[in-house]
Amino acid sequence: MFIALENSSPSFKDFTLVMPAVAVGNVGQLAVDLIVSTLHMSTVGHIHTDCLIPMAGNNPYPTCKGDAEEMHTPAEVYTAPELKLAVLQIRAPIIQNKSKRFRQLIVSWIKASGFSRTVVLSSSHAYQRDDKQLQGAPLRYLLTPSLLKVSAEALKELGWREMERVAAFPGLTDANAEPRLYIPGGGITKGLYTDSCAEDLPLAVLLLFCSEGDNIPDAFTLVNQLNDWLHLLDNPSQEPNKWKVPASWSLLFGSGIPPALF
Amino acid sequence: MATFFGEVLSVYSRAVEDDDEEEELDENEEDKQIRRELEEKREVHLNWTPEVSEVLRSGNKLQCADFILAVGHNAARFLSVYVLTSENWDVVGRASLWNERSRPAAGKSSEDSICVFYRNKDNPSVLICQVTCYIAEDQLFQWAQKVFDCLQHRGLNVTVLSDASVADYKTADYLCSSTAPFLRSLHTTAFSGQPVCQSLEQPNIITGLSAAVLNHCQVHRIAAIAYNCYSDIIGPDSVTMETYKPALTRIGKSIQLDSSPSTDILRKFVKTTDIQSNLYI
Repeated sequence: MFIALENSSPSFKDFTLVMPAVAVGNVGQLAVDLIVSTLHMSTVGHIHTDCLIPMAGNNPYPTCKGDAEEMHTPAEVYTAPELKLAVLQIRAPIIQNKSKRFRQLIVSWIKASGFSRTVVLSSSHAYQRDDKQLQGAPLRYLLTPSLLKVSAEALKELGWREMERVAAFPGLTDANAEPRLYIPGGGITKGLYTDSCAEDLPLAVLLLFCSEGDNIPDAFTLVNQLNDWLHLLDNPSQEPNKWKVPASWSLLFGSGIPPALF
Repeated sequence: MATFFGEVLSVYSRAVEDDDEEEELDENEEDKQIRRELEEKREVHLNWTPEVSEVLRSGNKLQCADFILAVGHNAARFLSVYVLTSENWDVVGRASLWNERSRPAAGKSSEDSICVFYRNKDNPSVLICQVTCYIAEDQLFQWAQKVFDCLQHRGLNVTVLSDASVADYKTADYLCSSTAPFLRSLHTTAFSGQPVCQSLEQPNIITGLSAAVLNHCQVHRIAAIAYNCYSDIIGPDSVTMETYKPALTRIGKSIQLDSSPSTDILRKFVKTTDIQSNLYI
């Protein structure tokens, strides 16, 4: 459930919500980190649920020494009111068997908060693409019917491709088998999308085909694509370092090495 | 995953399997029943003494000003050696739970693998809990919720002492062996005191029961601080135990810290794991 930081609950009316799906390479989560840290968004509340594995840490986005000591929880909501933007960051994996409950929780929170649209940043196993999916850029999108009416044109202009449905039984020509939506390694992405279709929520999924490893470049790709659509950073100069890498990204590959080694 | 040499490697993946979703669809009544029963079996149970249960039953909560939680063998034994020896403590309750790592009680007394709550005889507002058993990821949230449901929130100060391995500590400098064991702290926004050690640096995080307790305290605005002791020794040892000492000086008024325990007591608490290590017999 959502618990506001202040006594009064913040208003999300007509806000755009950006949230990650915990998926291959954590690309969505890394992209969300970039948004929060670059836009200096402020925490407005927590999603406190037993569906996520507990973790805690100090401020992942410190700007100066003074704000480093600030506790953060596995799922937090940030806002930038001037951009009408809210961001949900999820920092922990979902507990096995609880993904369905977590999806329901998120969907009902989105519904209750009155977001104008929700964008889910996600990823999928690159090695499980079929022949069609191998072509072109690795970015795909999905729109629920209620958002399709509003945003289909904008996305077409950007030249993005919709996520292809794949054959249910590859290699077999069965006329009755309908192609299905398949997002391997995408965590709750597919479930969240189908739930939103059923609930008539305006939701978009933006996903990247990738493999696990150093996924920082993937995160930049995804967040840049999102920026092309939402114009979060209206920076005319396309310098590569417009996104601010948070301090929590340091030491991704472990601690320092013993100096006696050399 | 199998390799050329035939050994089986468990591959760790950050990706979440979404295959179980398909399973959910053709789950029949029997599957649901099994799932339900498993879930019931994994529930955390709190068993308070009759006196405390009486208080809780009447709708009141346990009056508590200081709640000290020790997670892990060194933290728990630190309390046993330095605090609980004064015999000024009553056992007021236990938490029992079952998960895949729970062993049948054979050979070991059940006390060893259980969370025990103690209350100070002179100052009943001080509550101590020692946790040495494994609590599964899906039980952590529930544990924190159930325990804090029994405690009075107003004026509550929570101190968590927890064991960690220095291998899990990330730092840009190389840690030479002389630095371990050391303490790092993490506190909720409501905590107003002065931590006795350095704050936990990014990108380090706290996981497990201490994280569950901190999360609960953060969202319910309870003053809480967790001290993680990073040690390079597996198993209980007196040097690691002693590292926790400064963490309790803050609440020194309300509890008596036995600053120099007798070697007999120390030996009693350090010895027990000797048997497990038979490498150099």
